[in-house]
Amino acid sequence: METCAEDEVQVKLLGGSTSPFVLRVRIALALKGIHYEFIEETMRPKSDLLLQSNPVHKKIPVLIHNGKPVCESMIIVQYIEEAWDNKAPNLIPKDPHDRAIARFWAAFIDDKLGPCIRGVFRGVGDEKQKQVEESVANFLVLEEALRTNPCFSGKLYFGGDEIGFVDIALGGWLAFVKALEKGTDSVLIDAEKMPLLSAWMDRFCEADGVKEVMPDPVKLVEFICATRVKFASLAAAN
Amino acid sequence: MEGCAQEGQVKLLGVDYSPFVVRVRIALSLKGIHYEFIEEDIQNKSELLLQSNPVHKKIPVLIHNGKPVCESMIIVQYIEEAWDNKAPNLMPKDPYDRAIARFWAAFIDDKLLPSTLRTFKGQGEEQQKAVEESVANLLLLEEVLQSTGKAYFGGDEIGLVDIALGGLLVTIQTVEKVTNIVLTDTQKMPLLCAWADKFCKAHKVKEALPDRAKFFELMSARRAKLTSPPAGNLKGGG
Repeated sequence: METCAEDEVQVKLLGGSTSPFVLRVRIALALKGIHYEFIEETMRPKSDLLLQSNPVHKKIPVLIHNGKPVCESMIIVQYIEEAWDNKAPNLIPKDPHDRAIARFWAAFIDDKLGPCIRGVFRGVGDEKQKQVEESVANFLVLEEALRTNPCFSGKLYFGGDEIGFVDIALGGWLAFVKALEKGTDSVLIDAEKMPLLSAWMDRFCEADGVKEVMPDPVKLVEFICATRVKFASLAAAN
Repeated sequence: MEGCAQEGQVKLLGVDYSPFVVRVRIALSLKGIHYEFIEEDIQNKSELLLQSNPVHKKIPVLIHNGKPVCESMIIVQYIEEAWDNKAPNLMPKDPYDRAIARFWAAFIDDKLLPSTLRTFKGQGEEQQKAVEESVANLLLLEEVLQSTGKAYFGGDEIGLVDIALGGLLVTIQTVEKVTNIVLTDTQKMPLLCAWADKFCKAHKVKEALPDRAKFFELMSARRAKLTSPPAGNLKGGG
């Protein structure tokens, strides 16, 4: 009845081990208990499969379900929810207003928070410091939302009792953020200033489905440090 | 019968000339939803706006039965879902088709809109680069219409992507007039130009489009300010 065997064979994920966007999709697939073939993309060079599946952006992640590609991490997460909507847990609320709120915060994370985190990753000196401050400011907005927004306040997750859309949007970034803090000697999620967010973070990282897919933190710090050295030498050469 | 009771109270905070507001007006018009339009003074934002969208303080904001929804494409999806039994449906039913619709709506926001704005604001080489990017982005949309062979991105009827792009149409066409640059070349993009024509004339869409003459005046004034040399500027060119 449940076409699990079929589903498993027909789901592929093109991705890498360090990308927060790929991690979001891995979390969603893990929570839904969907088996898939993970195809590691080195990105240098980009595989034919990637170029064919995502000709517009040529980026990972790409989910390929029954041969049909879906691109853009949060679009993939919505797709996973809708294509497997009778499989618990539900990742997106049912009520239209609650859905709009979930999409709003996912968009905030992508449009405001994400670019700042990337700015810390790529930045040096003053510019890096500025990006750290902006990242902290954006994390504080999320802390405030957890504290005062009636949709989230007093709940275990942004999604309520269970992990939902916003948790996945933010949670995909956590491993990278923690590694970035170590690699750049900065604090982005300050447990004192952001007690609710810190508690959420610990809870999220330990959750079933999530902990199994988190990347190796040591390797991630190494990746971040090595890449930052490259950025710095490119900047010096210019 | 359904009409007013289901609608409840609908308000839209916005301005006439914003493509984001136009998108929402188009969606409300297509669904036949009556609403109160509250014109915002962007230089002097109202209490209602600041309370309804404290995070971004931006328009459009849809307020339905006292509950605010922000971000134009999130609002459009909300309108579809809150009035899902009111024709026409703005989103396809199939999860894959929905993912594709969301992909192109995101493309329009993340790629086409910024390159159009850079075309408007830019000068010299920077502007030329923005023009090339905008044309490349529009050609990708032309290819979509080529591959589906349908009149609208939504198929036989207007859908999410049509609204996403359609909200920008008057902006794009005005940028072309003001800068004297052709972005939508009928020879290179015959289907897209035909789509633009059909869309602007569509029943329930034309009422929602901004006044072109007024918009042209506004954009011309803005462009003039951007391109006039600042007083007392001692810097050389480039």
